[in-house]
Amino acid sequence: MPTYRPGPVSLILAVLVALFLLMPLLAVIPVSLTPSRMLTMPTGELSLRHYRSLIEDPRWLDSILLSIRIGVVSSALSTVLALAFSLGVWMFQPRFTATLVGFVLLPMVVPPVVSAVTLYFLLTSVSGITSFFGYDTWLGVAMAHSVMTVPFATVLILVSLSQLDRRIDLAARGLGASVWERATRVIMPNIKFGIVTAALLSFVLSWEEIGVTLFITSVNAITLPRLMWMGLRDNIDPAIAALSVILIVITVLVLAVRSVIAGQKASP
Amino acid sequence: MRGTLSDRMGAALLMAPLLLFLVLAYAWPFLGVVKWSFTLPTPGLGQYHALLTDELVQSVFIRTLRIAAIVTIVSVTAAYAITVVWVRGSPVQRVLAEFCILVPFWISVLTRAFGWVALLSNRGLINTWLQSIGFISEPLTLVRNEFGVVVGMSHFLIPFAVFPLASAMRSLDERVLLAARGLGSSRMRTFWTVFVPMTRSGIIGSALIVFVFSLGFFVTPAILGGGRSVMIAELIYLRIFQSPDWGLGAAISVVLVVFVAALMALLFRYVKPKQLV
Repeated sequence: MPTYRPGPVSLILAVLVALFLLMPLLAVIPVSLTPSRMLTMPTGELSLRHYRSLIEDPRWLDSILLSIRIGVVSSALSTVLALAFSLGVWMFQPRFTATLVGFVLLPMVVPPVVSAVTLYFLLTSVSGITSFFGYDTWLGVAMAHSVMTVPFATVLILVSLSQLDRRIDLAARGLGASVWERATRVIMPNIKFGIVTAALLSFVLSWEEIGVTLFITSVNAITLPRLMWMGLRDNIDPAIAALSVILIVITVLVLAVRSVIAGQKASP
Repeated sequence: MRGTLSDRMGAALLMAPLLLFLVLAYAWPFLGVVKWSFTLPTPGLGQYHALLTDELVQSVFIRTLRIAAIVTIVSVTAAYAITVVWVRGSPVQRVLAEFCILVPFWISVLTRAFGWVALLSNRGLINTWLQSIGFISEPLTLVRNEFGVVVGMSHFLIPFAVFPLASAMRSLDERVLLAARGLGSSRMRTFWTVFVPMTRSGIIGSALIVFVFSLGFFVTPAILGGGRSVMIAELIYLRIFQSPDWGLGAAISVVLVVFVAALMALLFRYVKPKQLV
């Protein structure tokens, strides 16, 4: 059977776009190997000093650990909230579902800068009441990140619920299972993959969040992207290039593993 | 069974935590921001009046609309080119195209903006190379201006533009294209008179998504614009943190939300939400 394939002109244009997409990711590799303290192209000798400074400079290590802590807490919070909400939607199909889901998705569609101003207002207001939960605290950042990631977690869990066969829940119900048993022993085991994906995506989004974080931190809660931002605005520190190379390599590896797993699932 | 008392209780118990969380942590503070826009520094419509008369604010609004429009055209065109190969290419071409779309998509906005700094700055790759082959003697100014902002934003938004286009191209019946070719239409003519018109909903969806995203963009313009081509989002940041004028920052935020909401309403008149994924 014949198929409609892109012609030579299409292919050339697509290659140009592909190069444009990959170029800035490749450009950081030579810069990360420069022996200079400034952001320059290496001329002649190469050096790993900027990679070493990532481990030796306590600022980088501290911000990495802080980002991990914030990511874990905010991902746990948004996954639990999203899971409970989605189970409620799927099991009971209450009235006004569309409106309620629309409300939950708001932080995803409102321009991030407006969400940032909103969360800045929240955390500065809370700061007056309690000191460990407000502006420029790690708990405050974790909560703000949850607000931003919970719509994505909800979408992922709702999508995996929509692929679930309702009859297994009806069977459990008919056999006398309680709401709690239906949720934890029938439905949740069947959407395991969706829940794990939601938690991972929430973590990744929190790990790289910068737009909101800039508004709600100043000197105490310096997450990794916040530290990168500081290094980018003032004197550009080539350690950022080394860090970028590591992050890009991790991303490529994860995507490769994922496509291998997907390929294995599809083949048999 | 639906609608019994225990069912309603169950639904309420499961759904309440998230709704309560977002009301307290998102809806209530947003109303607070709206309040700021009407009360700071003095109660009244002063800040909205300032928005209409302040020349700086207006030039930033116009620049934002202009950059968003250029970025939309560049991103949708580029995304179209690579999506054609991702959807209709041979198996190997598809894998390669997917790699080039998904890898940048998953890499953080900061890393990507930094990559462009490394390429475009005065001592960056492009200038170093052009100088070493003697093509130019003084480095070209490629960042800290609108050019850098457009390049960085387009790079960020191309993957987002791809998904609605891919969905439109996948739902297109291949036999129509084969029929056009079989009836003697050239590749070019088939593309422009059959393929493009049949993916119109994808193009509209993709353009509106990119345009809406561009309006509220903060990180890339702030890094690649270097404070010289300030867009709305950066102006809000500056009004809140550098020249504390919270009222004006809040008023710009409110206007931005209203504008985006209007655009979204427009989007959903033309495109079903399902076509965007």
